[in-house]
Amino acid sequence: MGVGIQVEHLNAWYGTTHTLQDINLHIPANHATALIGPSGCGKSTFVRCLNRMHETNPIARATGTVKMGDVDIYADASPVEIRRRVGMVFQRPNPFPTMSIYDNVVSGLKLNGFSNRKILDETAERSLKSAALWDEVKDDWKKKSGASLSGGQQQRMCIARALAVDPEVLLMDEPASALDPVSTSKIEDLIFQLKSQYTIVIVTHNMQQAARVAENTGFFLNGKMVEFNSTHKIFTNPSDKRTEDYITGRFG
Amino acid sequence: MATRIRFQQNLDELKEKLLVMAGMAEQAIQRSIEAYRTRDLSLCEQVFRAEPGINRLEREIDQMALDLLAMEQPMAIDLRFILSVIRINADLERVGDQAVNIAVRVREMGAFANVDLPVDIPKLASLASAMVRKALQAFIEADADSATAVLAMDDQVDEMNDAAFYSLSNLIKEQPQLTPQALNALIIARNLERVGDHATNVAEDVIFWVRGADVRHNLSSV
Repeated sequence: MGVGIQVEHLNAWYGTTHTLQDINLHIPANHATALIGPSGCGKSTFVRCLNRMHETNPIARATGTVKMGDVDIYADASPVEIRRRVGMVFQRPNPFPTMSIYDNVVSGLKLNGFSNRKILDETAERSLKSAALWDEVKDDWKKKSGASLSGGQQQRMCIARALAVDPEVLLMDEPASALDPVSTSKIEDLIFQLKSQYTIVIVTHNMQQAARVAENTGFFLNGKMVEFNSTHKIFTNPSDKRTEDYITGRFG
Repeated sequence: MATRIRFQQNLDELKEKLLVMAGMAEQAIQRSIEAYRTRDLSLCEQVFRAEPGINRLEREIDQMALDLLAMEQPMAIDLRFILSVIRINADLERVGDQAVNIAVRVREMGAFANVDLPVDIPKLASLASAMVRKALQAFIEADADSATAVLAMDDQVDEMNDAAFYSLSNLIKEQPQLTPQALNALIIARNLERVGDHATNVAEDVIFWVRGADVRHNLSSV
């Protein structure tokens, strides 16, 4: 099951650039939350702070509190533990090119020390089913290379890989921006199904996509969270003029 | 920096088209009432001739709004604007229909003696027209306060229509030979009351567009 995320006074820097400025919000469990905003506004930095990937950059740092359930991810857990609880899907699918579909999906489990063949098989099948890819690959999933799949299939395989380690939170950084409309629609359907089991945070430039999949939406601008509200409110009658100007295309 | 310039131009064009439609509907009502006042049947003919133009424009505006919804995927205030335009468009077309209905009645009344009736149709018309004008002015200026003021005017129109009903009903009882004239006047009063309702709808749509608040049916939600 998903877990709620409480963010308090989160600040982040790249070198001397203050990329996130005092972000406060609550991301509810088992919902999809969309983050929108112009390029460079801080939304990707924000999601990278939710699984401590931000700090992998040597010039980057973050302060503040991020609680997943009761766990303060910066105080009570190691980055490795956190990344096990928080799966991430990126803009472009990133399969391990020399691995089969099966090996791609179970790679995270293997890294975490799982070696029981039966468990790996069951988990891989379940994850591929959850990622709505199973029917398309079940005949040769152990032989066929992950890199030989189409872009949309690769992205769903990456989602299956993220799901295989049984995370509570799924971060998606523009997961469909490199995909065609049919593959995009499959990813969106998938997000819709997965949010009953996971807490999903999705960064997107496609506002219709945010409107379709997310219950809540946050608008970032210049490192600040300008508005966080129900998606319905944001897209029909936003409270802040800057949000309205952005979503109506008056700037950005 | 402003982007989506073409989209904004299309929204302006949509607004202009709706204002042309509004002008035509308003003129049709004015002509039909002037025809009632003067019994000038040539004005009725002008109302009949103008109606297909109003209908044509209604379809054009609907098509343009539909295209913008499909092609531009508008959001927030732009989305509310287009929805409001679609609704106002339908109301204006109905105002044009009411003008035609009035003109039909005036033409019928021409077959009967012109008698004094216990109803002040020009006053009722003046009030209903003022509502339409004020609602459209609120639309032009995106002024939700002015639109709210229109809503209050509707009660007065309703009261005048009710009063017309009672006085003309009594006239029919007391002087049955005047039934055709009284019935036609009754229907005209009813048509004008409907014009007031359409103006109310337009005002509610302006409030929805500007404030994002749905105030229809006396239910407020933001």
